Amino acid sequence: MNGKRFSISIPWVLVHLLLIAVSIVVIVPLLYLVISAFKTEQGFLEHTFIPIGEGALGIDWSQLTIRQFGRLFESEIGIGRALVNSVFLSATTAVLATFICALAGYASAALEFKGKRAFEWLVLAALIIPPPLLIAPSYQWLHTLGLLDSYTGLILPAVAPAFGVFLFRQATLQSVPKSILEAARIDGLGEFGIFLVIALPMLRPMVGAFLIITFLAMWNNFIGPQIVLQSAEKQPLSVVIYQTQTAYYSDYGLLMAGTLVSILPVAALFLFLQRDFIAGLSSGAVKG
Amino acid sequence: MAAVELNSVWKIYAGDVSAVKDVNLSIESGEFVVLVGPSGCGKSTTLRMIAGLESISKGEISIGDRVVNDVAPKDRDIAMVFQNYALYPHMTVEKNIAFSLKISGMPKDEINKRVQNVSEVLGLHDLLKRKPGALSGGQRQRVALGRAIARDPKVFLFDEPLSNLDAKLRVAMRTEMKSLHQRLATTTVYVTHDQEEAMTLGSRLVVMNAGQIQQVGTPIDIYNNPTNRFVAGFVGSPAMNFIEGKLQVKAGQTRFSRNGFDIFTGSVSNLPDTESDAVMGIRPQSILLASEGSSDSIPAKVDQVEPLGDQMDIKIRIHDDIAMIARVPLQTGVAAGSDIHIAYDSGKIHFFESHAEGTRINRGAE
Ligand SMILES: Nc1ncnc2c1ncn2[C@@H]1O[C@H](COP(=O)(O)OP(=O)(O)OP(=O)(O)O)[C@@H](O)[C@H]1O
Ligand SMILES: [Mg+2]
Repeated sequence: MNGKRFSISIPWVLVHLLLIAVSIVVIVPLLYLVISAFKTEQGFLEHTFIPIGEGALGIDWSQLTIRQFGRLFESEIGIGRALVNSVFLSATTAVLATFICALAGYASAALEFKGKRAFEWLVLAALIIPPPLLIAPSYQWLHTLGLLDSYTGLILPAVAPAFGVFLFRQATLQSVPKSILEAARIDGLGEFGIFLVIALPMLRPMVGAFLIITFLAMWNNFIGPQIVLQSAEKQPLSVVIYQTQTAYYSDYGLLMAGTLVSILPVAALFLFLQRDFIAGLSSGAVKG
Repeated sequence: MAAVELNSVWKIYAGDVSAVKDVNLSIESGEFVVLVGPSGCGKSTTLRMIAGLESISKGEISIGDRVVNDVAPKDRDIAMVFQNYALYPHMTVEKNIAFSLKISGMPKDEINKRVQNVSEVLGLHDLLKRKPGALSGGQRQRVALGRAIARDPKVFLFDEPLSNLDAKLRVAMRTEMKSLHQRLATTTVYVTHDQEEAMTLGSRLVVMNAGQIQQVGTPIDIYNNPTNRFVAGFVGSPAMNFIEGKLQVKAGQTRFSRNGFDIFTGSVSNLPDTESDAVMGIRPQSILLASEGSSDSIPAKVDQVEPLGDQMDIKIRIHDDIAMIARVPLQTGVAAGSDIHIAYDSGKIHFFESHAEGTRINRGAE
């Protein structure tokens, strides 16, 4: 009997071992980051994790500090300004990109219009172009349009990603039945009203997910701002944190504190929008 | 309320697919007309052209006195109920019903009055604050109905509104829709592929096949006087028996035979003199059990028996290879393998031309 129970447990044990392993891989670096952000330089160099020593709880408290955070917000580094820049850039891009992709994806799934096939091919073609290939031509365009060193120049190329159009197209096909749109048409809504009042709420899980995706993409964008922006005061967090390091000396405590600060808003956003991932909003709209 | 007119209406899809071919139909104000036919015959397409959800390739549709070919769906003053109900999932039942009224700019208290009215008629009171996801199929169906009624449109358009309900509820809803129509007297066009539903609901039926109207008439008329073999076979359950053979009519005497065996002899009204290939049609209900000695009786062998409460369907064979189904009273002595005698209710025998169209030969004074 015992043996039988044990044999059933083997897959269970394997699954849990795997989950534990994955958790460790995910959690340890995060833990490392958090602890390192609170260490003095010496503490950083002498201990990998918690600085063990003579103090209470067996920790050498003299090697822990919150000084790094203070330094981050000093005017010399100006992370406060960079934080505002990053939030503005990411939020604007996320909202614009989500709206535009939803509009385009919905149109290509639910409406008939001239050139629809060509549009769909264009989206597919854009999907398979590797982004680094576009750096040079984009730069040239931005130069021609006089958009270098402006946020417009950074946001504009990011507001209509092909994969977003594609995602929303699929989401519309899957969760917005044609008959609901037709019912709205008979009920007297105009086409834009149908999109806004009927389709968009039904696409809400995708809207939430895509807001996060696009926000993160701009938040973590490191190469883009360095290419497009020149003025120091316009730089976002990703760039500014990196700039705290010099060629001769890496201030790891500062780097870790900066990274932690840059993670927090994203974590908050994620927790806030997480509910939207819970799909099933549209279940039951149509026959059950 | 309004009459609906279809004049030589065609729907031709891309790639030359003619889904609806030259449909002419005149629906009177207040009438309950059912479009019925097998899957793919163009019922929905016809309905959707009336609604304005599908463009009209050729011909003209008018509602009331107005040609609506170029009128947007919202301006046609129609309401439609879809097979999958098409309720707005993120709105409560109340908002679903009030939605079109709100868009039309109706004052709030008038909207409330209508919603109250409708929910009373359909018994939706307890559901008003719920969302469609929290309703059963039957309840959703009622909400969809309520949404249509609240608009008080000129014409109701229904596309298989009951087909997602279970059998019992479907029958109950039929009765309800009928009494609703008696009360509101709104012109109604109702699409179904279920001939039984069509027969019970419609004051007039439009039987369609392959994009064309086959016959228009009252349910009784269509049941008793089908114009062709398609209509005869489509309407009625179990389906009419068809037997191919030779028809001879001379001096009022009719003889129908196959492979030299007489299948029917006697007199049938409205048959012109002829000698040709034909198809005989007889409903299972018109085949009677006869006693061995009686004059017109035909010996038959029972292959299979399906009891249905007080009646049963029996599969029989006459002259060895001519199979038929008969619906007879549940009777002892008729069992699979037994030998019986049958007779026809001769007033209910139909003859059809043997070509594909199968037009009925014994047309009455229709
Ligand atoms: N968008 C379309 N493009 C091409 N052909 C179509 C289109 N929509 C429908 N058809 C064709 O038109 C014919 C009629 O379709 P319709 O939907 O009117 O049938 P129906 O009688 O409602 O059938 P069902 O009982 O299955 O709903 C079908 O053969 C169908 O394949
Ligand atoms: Mg249909």
